[in-house]
Amino acid sequence: MSTGVLARRNPVAKLGAALLFSLPLVATLDPVTPALALLIELLALPFFGLRYAVVARRAWPLALAAAGILVTMTLFAADRSGSVLASPGPFVITTGVLRDALGLVLRVFAVALPGIIVFATTDPTDLADALVQNAKAPARFAIGALAAFRMIPLLTSEWQMLSLARRARGIDAGRNPLAKLHLFGSTAFALLVGALRRGGRLATAMDARGFDSGLPRTFARIQKFSPADVALLVVTALASGAALTISILTGFFNPIIG
Amino acid sequence: MLRGFGWRHAGRRNWAVRGVDLHIRSGERVLLLGPSGSGKSTLLAALAGLLPEDSGESEGTVTVGGRPGILFQDPQTQLVMARSGDDVAFGLENTGVRAADIWPRVSDALDRVGFAYPITRQTHALSGGEQQRLALAGILALRPGLLLLDEPTANLDPPGAELVREAIAKALDPDTTLIIVEHRVAEALPLVDRAVVLEPGGGVIADGAPEVIFAGHGPALAEQGVWVPGYPLPRFQAVSTPADHLVRAKHVTVRDRLPPISLAVSSGEVLAVTGPNGAGKSTMALVMGGLLAPASGRVTAFDDPKPPHRWRARLLAERIGSVFQSPEHQFVTSRVHDELALGPRRQGRSPAEVTRIADDLLSRLRLTSLAGANPHTLSGGEARRLSVATALATAPRLLVLDEPTFGQDRSTWIELVTLLATLRDEGHGILAVTHDDAFVTSLADRVHDLTPAEPLPRRNTSRFGPST
Repeated sequence: MSTGVLARRNPVAKLGAALLFSLPLVATLDPVTPALALLIELLALPFFGLRYAVVARRAWPLALAAAGILVTMTLFAADRSGSVLASPGPFVITTGVLRDALGLVLRVFAVALPGIIVFATTDPTDLADALVQNAKAPARFAIGALAAFRMIPLLTSEWQMLSLARRARGIDAGRNPLAKLHLFGSTAFALLVGALRRGGRLATAMDARGFDSGLPRTFARIQKFSPADVALLVVTALASGAALTISILTGFFNPIIG
Repeated sequence: MLRGFGWRHAGRRNWAVRGVDLHIRSGERVLLLGPSGSGKSTLLAALAGLLPEDSGESEGTVTVGGRPGILFQDPQTQLVMARSGDDVAFGLENTGVRAADIWPRVSDALDRVGFAYPITRQTHALSGGEQQRLALAGILALRPGLLLLDEPTANLDPPGAELVREAIAKALDPDTTLIIVEHRVAEALPLVDRAVVLEPGGGVIADGAPEVIFAGHGPALAEQGVWVPGYPLPRFQAVSTPADHLVRAKHVTVRDRLPPISLAVSSGEVLAVTGPNGAGKSTMALVMGGLLAPASGRVTAFDDPKPPHRWRARLLAERIGSVFQSPEHQFVTSRVHDELALGPRRQGRSPAEVTRIADDLLSRLRLTSLAGANPHTLSGGEARRLSVATALATAPRLLVLDEPTFGQDRSTWIELVTLLATLRDEGHGILAVTHDDAFVTSLADRVHDLTPAEPLPRRNTSRFGPST
């Protein structure tokens, strides 16, 4: 795991901070608020012990989404205000269109990045422990989800075996898209059946070891919620408030409602 | 402990187990025997307190003195946590053991099973045998008075099974009661001092010292599928010399999974491929079965200029039948009969022919009474017979089998080996990946050992027959 000062904070505090920071961004449509937020997030990265290259690698699906937004918005947005920059064929690209598109793209990055930071610096076991101990989440839910989460990698090899077995049985789709869809569906169903059976066996084994026995649980790994965690939440709230304030003062603020 | 105990699963007509009277004293080591379907696993589940009242109907009483702990077959579905130490601690947390006591008890349990790694070792990075050892530690940490083992080594290769048996023998306290269900009797015998035989629906039919039980009931038990030590297995020699090559692999490799290998299978012979886990046996079976493309080298089969992995699935199924290690992967319909009709129907045979082929296979593999059942509800032995039958339905001349006898009881084992011997003598070529020595001795005409002999050059095919 990561060694940054902030990476070591309580997982629940990190998750709470991510939510605190992202939520105000959803409230406005202007490009300035998310730009400021993104700047703060990028400045915070080293404190989480994360290298920019690592984050960039984890965030590449976002770039795909952003490119999609940019193209769709530039070509099809209804609001064509501002001065015309170019008009290739039937499309008219204006400054207004570009501003809106840029705002959306920045929002996608600014909202998603805190989540990426939290999950890149948090061990799933620690998160489940902290959810139970500090956020008082039911152990049945948190530990159960953790156990289920651990089985996900098995599904990849299971899918491969199921697909190979279907070919061995003489079933393939060739180039027919409908047959492909049908084959995909039947393989997915078999995967689901297998996952349920395995989940049932796991649940039995967990019950056999006293899970959900009604006895009060003790904790082998203690997660503490310290003053530093409170500080993280407070600073995050202040930073997010600052970004909003600057955007309002400079007149860019554009609330999503009203 | 058990008085007239019976249990019927919800929605079933027959009792899974009935009329069991059994008293087991503290510290006894009991081997529970009986044919498949005699309710051994249900009995263990009842003793472990894992039969919820709403999941069936019970009669009689079960009294257990001391905390029960149960170890199942499949290590993958017993480990809960990502780190080994956390997994052992899981049960202790659940039962409210004081936090200060947890870690000492974790390291004590890990020591007792001979776990060789630090507690931060990721559980998914362990081998099957090591995972099963870890699961045992998780149970021992709870200090059970009654340890229940439900075929604890059935899913493991021989070295993994040996690891687990060693751990059990070493970890047992003198006052821990042990009840073990195990097909492979010879391997369980050193652990037990009493054997109890169950009959389907008939309660306990024999009970006593293992030697006495086997003297009196040996033949009957062997007949019912129990691996009673000392009962010889049939041997089958090929009736004809191998004819033409069906498939030939030259310097075939798969990146990270299979080092270069060359071999060929002819019609009328059984080639056994052996070697430790991780040597690439299963990968090799996939390549020879036309399911996986080799990274380099060449596979040629049936004089086709195209390699098998480029064939259309229908053609592949007509020429090569693959049987996977876990039968459930192969089932694609919801009825046993449909499962067998699928292949011939896709070959374009007439409905009458399809029915005839399916019915023939059903009776040949003793599955006729199950024709309407869902393949996923079959027992281990039945599912294995069905998976072989599905591969035979399209009448391929080459069969590729991955661990065909894995975890089977004696009856199914003999049936399978007899069937494969018949197929060989009818002119089929058979390639079987196996770590079952008895299978190799009984059936194989040649053995290809994949054990890496680094840094020496790989030893190639050795030849032997049962008579030499």
